Amino acid sequence: METLFTPYQALGGGALIGLASVLLMWTHGRIMGATGILAGFFTPTSVADWGWRAAVLLGMISAPLAYLLVSGNMPAFNVPVSTNMLMIGGVIVGFGVTLGSGCTSGHGVCGMARLSPRSIAATLTFMLTTAVTVYIVRHILGL
Amino acid sequence: MKIITAYIIGLIFGLGISISGMSNPAKVLNFFDVAGSWDGSLGLVMAAALILAFIGYKLVFAQNKPLFGANFFVPANRKLDTKLLSGSAIFGIGWGISGFCPGGSLPAIGNGSVEIIQFTIALIVGIFLAKAALKLVAVKAMPNS
Repeated sequence: METLFTPYQALGGGALIGLASVLLMWTHGRIMGATGILAGFFTPTSVADWGWRAAVLLGMISAPLAYLLVSGNMPAFNVPVSTNMLMIGGVIVGFGVTLGSGCTSGHGVCGMARLSPRSIAATLTFMLTTAVTVYIVRHILGL
Repeated sequence: MKIITAYIIGLIFGLGISISGMSNPAKVLNFFDVAGSWDGSLGLVMAAALILAFIGYKLVFAQNKPLFGANFFVPANRKLDTKLLSGSAIFGIGWGISGFCPGGSLPAIGNGSVEIIQFTIALIVGIFLAKAALKLVAVKAMPNS
């Protein structure tokens, strides 16, 4: 499925992602990593620890509705893979980010911005394996 | 105040994800499909987020502590290990199959589609599977005597 190159939305949206990362560190001293926030939501160390995680997650989930109120449309959403691929992929993602201590937001934005060698290595690794997987799925298996 | 701030930060993050297209698997997968229907948008998303975070963190870390806390929670570990690299490699395989990374999927829960609910359940199952596996390995690594 073709998608349009959207440089302005990409830069603007990316800037908001970066801004949220800076604000969470400035106010709460925390890394804006989706993996860490979600995992900690299920295994919090205290009520206060659960509270800020729940609030961030709730804020994230309200975003499509806020987007709808401002723009009149829901954010674009197309899932070009089968339900099996979606769910098998989901389990693999959950397993991998837990083992690897982070994902695109935690390692790719926050960690790289701190010039953490672990995050730089993690990001290069998952960007590469994602690209190889997409190539295999689309161009070799033809799914 | 802490909770409201956290909510607003989550909303800003989610809006960034929604506007940029990170919660749209079709667009995400096309960024990686260099040999097919390539869409370079996500490269600009990461570049913009990184530049802003890099500059912003410099200002934040010039402070002694965060506004609402006693200290910054930042990993001190800077060494590479097999767990980090294999986990990241596995994550990429899942991302390539499904088109969702955790940060892209969580805001998308708000669109209420069946697909995002299916992915989120699978994601949480994967997280707990890994936690169980790590616990098992840790128990085995303990000396028996």
